[in-house]
Amino acid sequence: MTTTPKARVAAFGLLIALAGTACASGASPSPASSGAALAGTITIDGSSTVYPITEAVAEDFQLANSGVRVPTSLSGTGGGFKKFCKGETDINDASRPIKADDDGEGKACATNNIEYVELQIAIDGLTVVVNPANTFATCLTVEELNRIYGPDSPRELKWSDVRAGFPAVAVNRFMPGADSGTFDYFTEVINGEVDAATQNATQSEDDNVLVTGVAGDANAISFFGYAYYAENSDKLKAIEVDGGSGCVAPTEATINDASYRPLSRPLFIYPDLGKAKARPELKAFVDFFLENTSALSAEVGYVALPADLLQKEKDEWAAAVGG
Amino acid sequence: MTVANPTAPPATPVAPRFEPALMRRKLTGTIFYGACLAAIGVLLLALTFLLIDVFRRGLPWLDLGFLSGVPSRRPANAGILPALVGSFQVGIFVAIFSFPLGVAAAIYLTEYAKDNWFNRLLQTNISNLAGVPSIIYGILGLALFVRLLGLGPTSLAAGLTMTLLILPVVIIASIEALKAVPDAQREGAYALGATRWQMVRGSIFPAAAPGIMTGLILAMARAIGEAAPLLLIGASVFVTFLPNPLEGSYTVLPIQVLQWASRPQADFQGISAAAIIVILALMLVLNGLALVVRARLSRHIQW
Repeated sequence: MTTTPKARVAAFGLLIALAGTACASGASPSPASSGAALAGTITIDGSSTVYPITEAVAEDFQLANSGVRVPTSLSGTGGGFKKFCKGETDINDASRPIKADDDGEGKACATNNIEYVELQIAIDGLTVVVNPANTFATCLTVEELNRIYGPDSPRELKWSDVRAGFPAVAVNRFMPGADSGTFDYFTEVINGEVDAATQNATQSEDDNVLVTGVAGDANAISFFGYAYYAENSDKLKAIEVDGGSGCVAPTEATINDASYRPLSRPLFIYPDLGKAKARPELKAFVDFFLENTSALSAEVGYVALPADLLQKEKDEWAAAVGG
Repeated sequence: MTVANPTAPPATPVAPRFEPALMRRKLTGTIFYGACLAAIGVLLLALTFLLIDVFRRGLPWLDLGFLSGVPSRRPANAGILPALVGSFQVGIFVAIFSFPLGVAAAIYLTEYAKDNWFNRLLQTNISNLAGVPSIIYGILGLALFVRLLGLGPTSLAAGLTMTLLILPVVIIASIEALKAVPDAQREGAYALGATRWQMVRGSIFPAAAPGIMTGLILAMARAIGEAAPLLLIGASVFVTFLPNPLEGSYTVLPIQVLQWASRPQADFQGISAAAIIVILALMLVLNGLALVVRARLSRHIQW
């Protein structure tokens, strides 16, 4: 092999140059700092359900404050809390409240002296869906949902077992994965215990898989966040839920006024209080979040918080972090 | 003089027992040919469907603004520059770390190590490591690079984790390339009075270089297309700035694809497909590079 030394040097030089550009590019992407006072990096992790709202807020906040970077991840509510309580992130997105007695969550936060504030930023209506070809099921009670998704639900469940009068065809069950807050919330309110659920359902962390599964199977049933139903309402049929006071369909109105029970659930962010007191950009970000969450939640498919409830959250935040 | 005239009937009759099998043997040959053709056909068919689907969905979204933009909640404004730069950084780190480590390990195992049970065990284990699920390397990377060494969720940590992931493949490819060099080369070098180091440097490594480089580049392509380990070691999904390799967050193309593909809105599926096209283009460039490097390096090899 006798490649000329010159060619070798040139190739090596090119590689170094490329590496240099790639590394140097990290320095400052937009020179237009517009004299903004705020600077820093705010790291956010947590629920994939809350993620679209956080993404929208982070996008607009960074447009307004070019000195602040807001990288966002989605490890799921539980995975996010584990990082949050180690002090690795500044804010955790959550689709359920923190588990105070969990080793990785509340206890870890206490051990590491991490104080937090729980702020509700939107409402989601867990929507139970079936295939549009399913004409018999229009409304299910909590008890009937428990028969489908409860831990004791038999492997060969037929629709006629759910309610007498339904046809004797198999119920093909789909549901979100066990790491999701959606799964935790549903099992808690329907089955009475977090994580207690049937082993006979197809689970997926990707809600689009659930949408596809139900859209292609006349006997299927699943549940997920309202945004996924709203985007796919042409392929799916939403089931009304009877929580003890009659059948209620999930709509923005019923989710908002909490008459869609018990599957309306709050969505939260958990800012690290200690860091927010010390870092003005983090405080400003949470202020910005609360100020814009209503408009942005609606834009990305969630139900905005009623004004009085939102004001309560703003007051709680202001009191906690201090003027 | 008993040379048979070619046109004359053979002196000794052909054993008749071969005759009846002839048709069957030819048939077997044809069936095998057909099976091979069907195998490649299945592959091509799957690839064609995949490409048509991806291009049909993604091409309308693919423009200069997409390549130079940053992610956004509005698919029309979204771009992949941070992910592209992140993937590029990870790829460069992988090349920088895995080339010396992989090649040195392979040279040790083929040229220096004695052929004893320990080294055979070592080699078997390296082959086994190539089959370990990539998510396991993510767990290792999280514990070792992100937390223990304190690198944090940076593209440097990602590059190191991916290096561990592809190192077995690089080592195996390099070993095969080194073994393919005829022993005459080694003996020739020794006959001229070369030391072992001179033999490796001047004769064996240059001869094996095309195979080694091909293996390295193909392994790099795998590292760039991999998402699972990076999810664990903290790649973000919403990064609107160009990542600094030594500190702060980053994202890579496969993660961006994964995140967009899991969104309910159809437009996000479109930009997800567009990002897949970008990954495919990157792979094509790397594979093309492998071909060029192989051709260039093997020009002067003759034995």
